[in-house]
Amino acid sequence: MGTFQIDFGENRTSKIVGIDLGTTNSLVAVMELTGPEIIDDPEGRKIVPSIVSLTDDNKLVAGEPARELLLTRPERTVYSVKRLMGRGVQDIQQEIKLFPFRVAEDSESVIKLKLGNRTFTPPEISAAVLRQLKDNAEAALGEPVSEAVITVPAYFNDAQRQATKDAGRLAGLEVLRLVNEPTAASLAYGLDKRKDGVIAVYDFGGGTFDISILRLHEGIFEVLATNGDTHLGGDDIDNLLLHIALEDIQSEWGQDLSTDAEGVQRLRRAVVHAKEQLSFLPETNIDLAYKGKRYQRAIDRELFERLIAPIVERTLEPCRACLLDAKLTPEQIDEVVMVGGSTRIPLVRAAVERLFKAKPHTELNPDEVVALGAAVQAGILAGNVEDKLLLDVTPLSLGIETMGGVVSKLIHRNSTIPASATESFTTAVDGQRNVLIHVLQGERELVKDCRSLARFDLKDVDPLPAGLARIEVRFLIDANGILNVTARDARTGKEQSVEVKPSYGLTEDQVEAMIRESFEKAEEDMRERQVREARVEADNILAATAKAQKSDAWAALSSDERGSIESAVRELQTVYNGNDHHVLNEKIEALNRATQHLAETMMNTAVRGALKGTKID
Amino acid sequence: MPELSSDFYDFFGLERKLNLDEAELQRRFYELSRQWHPDRFSRKSAPEQAQALEATAILNDGYRTLRNPVRRAEYLLKEEGFPIGEQRSKDVPPELLEEVFELNMMLEELKGGDDSARPQLETAKQNFLGLREGVDREIETLFSKYDAAESQSETAKQALHEIRGVLNRRRYIENLLRDVNRALDPIDAAAEPIDERL
Repeated sequence: MGTFQIDFGENRTSKIVGIDLGTTNSLVAVMELTGPEIIDDPEGRKIVPSIVSLTDDNKLVAGEPARELLLTRPERTVYSVKRLMGRGVQDIQQEIKLFPFRVAEDSESVIKLKLGNRTFTPPEISAAVLRQLKDNAEAALGEPVSEAVITVPAYFNDAQRQATKDAGRLAGLEVLRLVNEPTAASLAYGLDKRKDGVIAVYDFGGGTFDISILRLHEGIFEVLATNGDTHLGGDDIDNLLLHIALEDIQSEWGQDLSTDAEGVQRLRRAVVHAKEQLSFLPETNIDLAYKGKRYQRAIDRELFERLIAPIVERTLEPCRACLLDAKLTPEQIDEVVMVGGSTRIPLVRAAVERLFKAKPHTELNPDEVVALGAAVQAGILAGNVEDKLLLDVTPLSLGIETMGGVVSKLIHRNSTIPASATESFTTAVDGQRNVLIHVLQGERELVKDCRSLARFDLKDVDPLPAGLARIEVRFLIDANGILNVTARDARTGKEQSVEVKPSYGLTEDQVEAMIRESFEKAEEDMRERQVREARVEADNILAATAKAQKSDAWAALSSDERGSIESAVRELQTVYNGNDHHVLNEKIEALNRATQHLAETMMNTAVRGALKGTKID
Repeated sequence: MPELSSDFYDFFGLERKLNLDEAELQRRFYELSRQWHPDRFSRKSAPEQAQALEATAILNDGYRTLRNPVRRAEYLLKEEGFPIGEQRSKDVPPELLEEVFELNMMLEELKGGDDSARPQLETAKQNFLGLREGVDREIETLFSKYDAAESQSETAKQALHEIRGVLNRRRYIENLLRDVNRALDPIDAAAEPIDERL
C-alpha cells in the first residue's frame, strides 16, 4: 500500500510559546489572534506544579504526577528548585534544611541534587518542568514547539539567568528571550491602551519578590528601575506556619514530625491550604490527619497578619529603593499592578495601597498574568505584535575586581539593556601571556560583598615588556540580561581569545554534554522500543510458522520451499536476541516472503474446508 | 546592512551641542529603539541580529550619556581631546582647602561616636549643596558659550578647557557630599542613588 506525503509548505513558521517558569507553579501560553491564551494540559488544567520526581523506574516526571509523589516519595522529589538556580552550595545552607531531598557531596559551584542513586543539577530539574510544558503545548497546538520566551524574576543575576537559559536548551527549547516577570505582566495588562503614564508592578510570587517601575509611551514599555529579593516569597510564609505547626505537634503528639519527610509534606499542604483560605475567610483551621493522629489548630486573620507582617515589610524596602532610583515619589505612580499568588493576601494589598497611595489592579488572575505577558512578548518576537516594545534594564551593577579587592563599576544598575562598557587592560610582568579579569555583580564596593559572576582569562597575549600590551575588553549585557565578553588587542586589532570560567552554574561544555547525553538517552530509549516491538513481531510470525508446519499445507510444499522456510526461521532465531532492530526486521521480512506460498495454500485449504459440506443447489 | 556610527551625537542625528532639548532626545531614543531593538530582529539572519544588538547597545549607552548634562559634557570633552583624568579630580580645589580640612575633622568626630558633630555636618552639607548649585550655574553658562562658538575655534577650545576645570571641581564636591551623606545616614550602599544630575 502506498503512503501519502502531506506538505504543509516550508515557509510556515511554528509558534513561539511564552513560559512562566515559577517557583511553585509553571504555565505556558501562546499568542492567538484574539490575544494571549494559557494552554491547558490534556486533562484541562492550566497550572503545572513546578515539582519533579524520579520514579522507581528512573524516569523524571514533572507536574501533577510529581506532586502526588512528593507525598509518597518525598526523598526522590524536588520542589521550589528555582530557589537553587544559579546558586552555590554555601548560598542555600539555611533553606536546604527544609527540603526533603539531599544535596550531593561533590556539589560546589553547581548544586547537585541526589534523587535515588542519580544526581541532577537545578537546570536539569527545571528542564523536566519545561519539557512537560512543551509536551502540553505540542499536544494542544498539534505541532512541534521548539522556540520559547521564558520569564525570570527581574532581580535574577547573570548566573540565575544563564541557568534558566540552560534549562531551556536541555528541554529542547531555543530560548529566544528571557523576559523579566513584572515587565511581562505589564504587557499582559494592556495598560498602554489607556494612556501614557508611570506604572509600578509589584510581583510577589512563591519564592521571589520583584518591583519594577515603568514609563508607558505610545506602546513603548520603558523600565525606569527595578529592585527585589530573589529569596522572598510565599514559601517563606509557608515555612513560618510550618515551624509553628511542627512545634505544636511536638508538644501535642510528643513526636518530632520534622524528621518524617512524608509527614512534613502533608503538613506543608495543610498550612498552605490554611494560608490560602485566610485570603477569603476571617478564620480557618490548619488540619492534618496523619497515621491515625489528628492535629487541628484554629488561626484567624489577625494572628496570621501579625505573623507575616515582617515578611510583607521586607517587600516594601525594595519598593522604596526602586522609587529612589526611578527618581519618583509615590504620588507620581499612576497605576499599580499586582502579580503573583502572594498578592491575594489582603495584608499585602493593603501595604501596597498604603505605600503607593493608589488602589492596585487585581483584575487579571495573578497566577496567569506573567505567562500571558510572555506570550505577548513571543508575539512581538514573531512579528505578530507590532505596536508594543519592551525596553528593560539590568537589575544589578556590573563591575570588575581592581587592586585591594575593590570593585570598579562598569555598567550601573537600571541601565537600559543591551548596554555595554569598554575597558583597557595591560600586563604587570614582562612577557606575561595571560590576563585574568574577575567580573562581579552587585552594589557594594568590596569584592567580598558582591556576587562573583565569572573569571575571564585573556589567553595568548603577545609577550611584551610589562605595561605595553593593550587589550580592550568589551562587556556587553544583551537583551536577556546576560553578559557577553569580547576582547581585542588594541595594537594589532586582532580578536583576543577569552576563556570563561563561570563562578556559579554550568560551563558551556557541561551544558553541551548534558544535551548530548539526553539525545543519546532519547535515542537509546527509541532503539530499545523498536527492538522490543520487532521481537514481538518475530514472536508472532515464528508462532504462526510453527503452527503452519503441523498443517496439511506444509506437507503439500516442495522440499525446496520447506528448506528455505526452515532456514529463514533459523536466521530469525539467531538474530532474535540482538539489539539491532534493522536486522530483526530484515529477517522477519525474509521469513514473511518465504512463507507467502505456504500462507496462500493454507488460506485456500481453509476456504475449501469451509465450503466442504455446504450444499449448493 | 547600513553602516553604524558609534559616535553618540551622530547616532542620534544631533548637532554637537552641550545644551540639548531633552524631549527631542527622548523622542529620538524611542524612535531609534523601535527601529533597532533586537526584538525586531528575532526572525532575521544572524549578522542582522548581531548588528541590531550592536546598534541598540550604542543607542542605550548614548541615551544614558547624553541625557545627563555632566556625562554628556564628559563625553564631548573626551571626544574633543580633553579627557578628564581620575587623578585631577582628587586634587583639592584651592578655594575648598579650608572646608575639606574642617569636614574631615567632623567626620572623624562622628565616626568616633561623638554625635555633637551632627549639626555641623548638616551645615556643611547645605554649604556643599550651595557650592554645587553655583558650579551648575557656571556650567550652564559655559555650555552656552561653547554652543555659540564656532566648532574647533579657539573660543570653543577655551570653553571646553574651562568646563573641564569646573567639572573636576564638581566631581570633588560630589565626593564630599557623598561622604557627608554616608556619615549622616549610613544606609546600605545598595540604596544609594546612582545618577548624579545637574
